[in-house]
Amino acid sequence: MNGISPHRIGALALRYLYLLRSSRVRIIELAYWPTVQMILWGFITRYLASHSDVLNQATGLLLSGVLLWDILFRSQLGLSVVFFEELHARNLAQLFISPLQPIELIVALMSISLVRTVLGVGIAVLLAMPFYGFNLFDLGAPLAGFFLNLLLMGWAIGLLVSALVLRYGMGAESIAWAAIFALAPLCGIYYPVAILPGWLQPLAWALPASYVFEGMRAVLLDHAVRLDYLLYALLLNAGYLGLGIGVFLATVHQARERGSLLQSGE
Amino acid sequence: MAEPPIIQVEDLRKHYGPVRAVDGINFAIDRGATCALLGGNGAGKTTTIAMLLGLLLPTSGQIRILGEAVPRHRQRVLPRMNFSSPYVDLPQRLTVAENLTVYARLYGVRRVRERLATLGRDLDIEAFFQRPYGSLSAGQKTRVALAKALLNQPEILLLDEPTASLDPDTADRMRRILIDYQRRSGATLLLASHNMSEVERLCDQIIMLRAGRIVATGAPRELIHRYGRKDMEEVFLDIARGIQSGEVLE
Repeated sequence: MNGISPHRIGALALRYLYLLRSSRVRIIELAYWPTVQMILWGFITRYLASHSDVLNQATGLLLSGVLLWDILFRSQLGLSVVFFEELHARNLAQLFISPLQPIELIVALMSISLVRTVLGVGIAVLLAMPFYGFNLFDLGAPLAGFFLNLLLMGWAIGLLVSALVLRYGMGAESIAWAAIFALAPLCGIYYPVAILPGWLQPLAWALPASYVFEGMRAVLLDHAVRLDYLLYALLLNAGYLGLGIGVFLATVHQARERGSLLQSGE
Repeated sequence: MAEPPIIQVEDLRKHYGPVRAVDGINFAIDRGATCALLGGNGAGKTTTIAMLLGLLLPTSGQIRILGEAVPRHRQRVLPRMNFSSPYVDLPQRLTVAENLTVYARLYGVRRVRERLATLGRDLDIEAFFQRPYGSLSAGQKTRVALAKALLNQPEILLLDEPTASLDPDTADRMRRILIDYQRRSGATLLLASHNMSEVERLCDQIIMLRAGRIVATGAPRELIHRYGRKDMEEVFLDIARGIQSGEVLE
């Protein structure tokens, strides 16, 4: 295999930035849902804080949960939705007859996912400060580890979902939205994993996000930094991301065999 | 010593289960030639072009392009090739200039602005550089697609029905651009077309396909003579209908 070219990755990332820039509605939409979620959960927090010892002790628990969850959700969506754009635009054939390698496409998708996540969640994080006096950055240095792990997990799911859609067509597009929500109850976003039934807990502990949300609660409730959680999450992410990349590359190879790159579209 | 063919295909096959889209074809194209791949719908033209581009993996057979085995080493040859087809789109929401900039960078073109300005002049597309690609007419889109295909000044240019859906004037301009590019650069052109007058005008070599097999090859005049017809249109009909050379066309 030839070397990976930063120029080609940059070229494709530029294509995605052009696309983002071409519609103000898209930019607004990026920040819209995280902001709405933040506002909603902010009010819920205010209400519950007066009735709950736990929330009284750490008022940022729900808001941190919802904003961290959005990092995972936006990073997954930021990757798979942009890939779907290529399918909608019937542009995959053009890309794959250019010198672009599939792995470079993956890196470009990850780059734009990062940009979209930072834009979308970043605005909600900033707005939470004047709205509720809540600062996500109060989580301190562990926030960087949480962000990285959620981003990686989002990319892994995004790649698996993109591979599914490449294989089965745009009819499978709804999986992009459904996949991550199927995992949400297991991740312990708003409650500890220990709340889950015993038989579900091993499944929860197989998800990197569960370690992130447990780590978040450790910081907010116990003022403890659980490096072990971050490390477990990172190890799991290495496996899932490897799987995501492998499945995506195998699906592209299969598409070359089936001839579906020429017809890929709606 | 004679230069080896720039494209060499040996016993190339693409089967989809029982369907033999391409069924053991052999051909060679010399550097600087303009070759047409002809045949009716489903003859195997697009499948062959897709395999040459590495977009489709052959079931078996050998492809060598610019001395490299494809698809194994497609990354080595793709920067030196390009492709245009009215059936393969560019992103609709990006402007023409944005589309061409992205592809210029993907192909590693140096001095992107200068190259875009040259192509804009040559193909007369400067006026709509800032318009979204999706807002262009079919003729304008075809010119932009050709500009994309010429960005990297390819040594091999593959074209799938380059003048389909164009009015005669625009189609004629496209052909002039292709002839001019071929003369200036010495590039090799391989085109699939249903327009026989275009083929007679542009091509010095023809490969006729039927049901995934090569049924005739030669220069246009040679084929017209061999089939005893007055033009390539009639030769095409003979071959598409399975009539052998020398038989009477009903």
